[in-house]
Amino acid sequence: MKAKFIEEKVMKVVMALTTVLLFFFVGSIIYTIIKEGWPAMSWSMITDLPGGGFYIGKEGGLLNAIVGSLMIVGASTVLGLLVSIPVVFYLNVYLTPKSKLGYASRLAFDVLFGVPSIVYGAFAFTIMIALGLKTSLLGGIIVITLLIIPIFIRSMDEVARTMPRDILAATFSLGATRLQSVRVLVRQILPGIATATLLSIGRAIGDAAAVMFTAGYTDAIPTSLSQPAATLPLAVFFQLSSPIPEVQSRAYAAAFILTVIVLILSIGGRLITNHFSKNRIK
Amino acid sequence: MKLKLITDKSAAGVMFSLTLLSLLLVVVIAAGLIFKSMPILEEHSLWELISSSKWKPARGEFGFLPFIVGTLWVTGIAILWTLPVALLTSIFLTENSKRWVKKAVFPILDILAGLPSVIYGVWGIVVVVPWISDWLAPMFVEFSTGYTLLTGGIVLGIMILPLMVSLFVELFSATPMEMREASLSLGATRWQTTKFVLLRKNFPGILATVILSISRAMGETIAVLMVCGNIVQIPSSPLDGGYPLPALIANNYGEMLSIPMYDSALMFAALILFVVVMVFNIVSRVILRRIENKYI
Repeated sequence: MKAKFIEEKVMKVVMALTTVLLFFFVGSIIYTIIKEGWPAMSWSMITDLPGGGFYIGKEGGLLNAIVGSLMIVGASTVLGLLVSIPVVFYLNVYLTPKSKLGYASRLAFDVLFGVPSIVYGAFAFTIMIALGLKTSLLGGIIVITLLIIPIFIRSMDEVARTMPRDILAATFSLGATRLQSVRVLVRQILPGIATATLLSIGRAIGDAAAVMFTAGYTDAIPTSLSQPAATLPLAVFFQLSSPIPEVQSRAYAAAFILTVIVLILSIGGRLITNHFSKNRIK
Repeated sequence: MKLKLITDKSAAGVMFSLTLLSLLLVVVIAAGLIFKSMPILEEHSLWELISSSKWKPARGEFGFLPFIVGTLWVTGIAILWTLPVALLTSIFLTENSKRWVKKAVFPILDILAGLPSVIYGVWGIVVVVPWISDWLAPMFVEFSTGYTLLTGGIVLGIMILPLMVSLFVELFSATPMEMREASLSLGATRWQTTKFVLLRKNFPGILATVILSISRAMGETIAVLMVCGNIVQIPSSPLDGGYPLPALIANNYGEMLSIPMYDSALMFAALILFVVVMVFNIVSRVILRRIENKYI
């Protein structure tokens, strides 16, 4: 009789420990990035382009990578939203919950969501070679758009599906078309869309494997779509493999900037959900 | 009155074609990868490619076995240690913990899930690599650089933890309360209820989650590439260096056009990843959907 109570106590402690482990991992990762990255940070890191001899430890900053990342992610977010918002509405307003097409497309988006970014990168790279394109800002934007669409659709769809179908029935009964009902749906899922967008941007900005193939790397800020563009994750990756300590410390600085951006996006996403849910009918 | 019906219909058309177009992506990626890997498949048999361990691209020898074994090792280690951790954590969150613990843990999971791969790589190099080379490895082998399969497995595990925990939590929260109450009313402790009711009842879901996590882990590129050594060999222990498939693609895309067949070989590697990930994803999603439909 007593054994089961001892087992209960022991397991409870073990479970609490594994949960604490999560906090330990997050703490250790963020502590490491701050400890290594903060000393390497300076204003010139975020305001200057790499100067001559930057990669042997001379002056300069990471502006090229920051701007490149923002350009790629900004453009793909806009393109991605243009495609995915209509798809989410189609799945949730135009199709009934039992629709076969709905089931099949959700499954397909799950699969696309699971496709590793390196595969997207390799695939996009071969397409670019076939079309005679060089690594460029455009290539980066295209591949990140492809990568981000399934993320957008899946996370928005999850929000849209929680909407009570009665709301739609109410609008239909007033004579609204399905397109007009979309306006009601928008009110319901707007905070969800905002959160989903921010979290997906966070994933897109941190992705290195896909842009490695397609966007290339450069010291300048691209002025046209056909020029290559640097990105933050690659700035970390390339500079960390350098044997020169000054260059390595810049990799940590880039990692620090990247982490700060991602954390802001993730915390911002949370705040939006909490703050803008007032229009929701529960 | 008519105008609004026309706009409604045409919007339906536009939305339908956008949906179809994005779905086509699966087919297009598959077709593209198959098309590009045809040249190497014509020259060598499929079996030869995946069972040979000779990797000398310049001489036209492409054996993918070291890379496949490397991927299996890293993924295996990652799943092996994360599965119990994720299970126990999610049981704690759904069965035992107070509300505030949940409120504190979910943002942490968000952060873990949101951190870029390359950041995990940096953390792996700064923290895990020295830990293995200075502390763990000397207990078993003479010398280790710290860039090992085990390092890759540890880092990869942390990356898939948030996915696993959130799927498990979803699964356990959807299990009807009555099942637990029935067991508790017979005098079972909470842990006994967990063991005999919750885990048994959710076995298919747990399996599906594991499959999904495996497929996620297999494709991870940059973090693993940064910490696992990238040595072309068939590893014999977790403290050897290894060279998983995604790392192979990422490291060599630059040279792939200068050596004949090399680009085809790399696309074949991407195809292997794509096919495995796709099959695993479909299987696990279908199981998870079925469970979801049963309860809700």
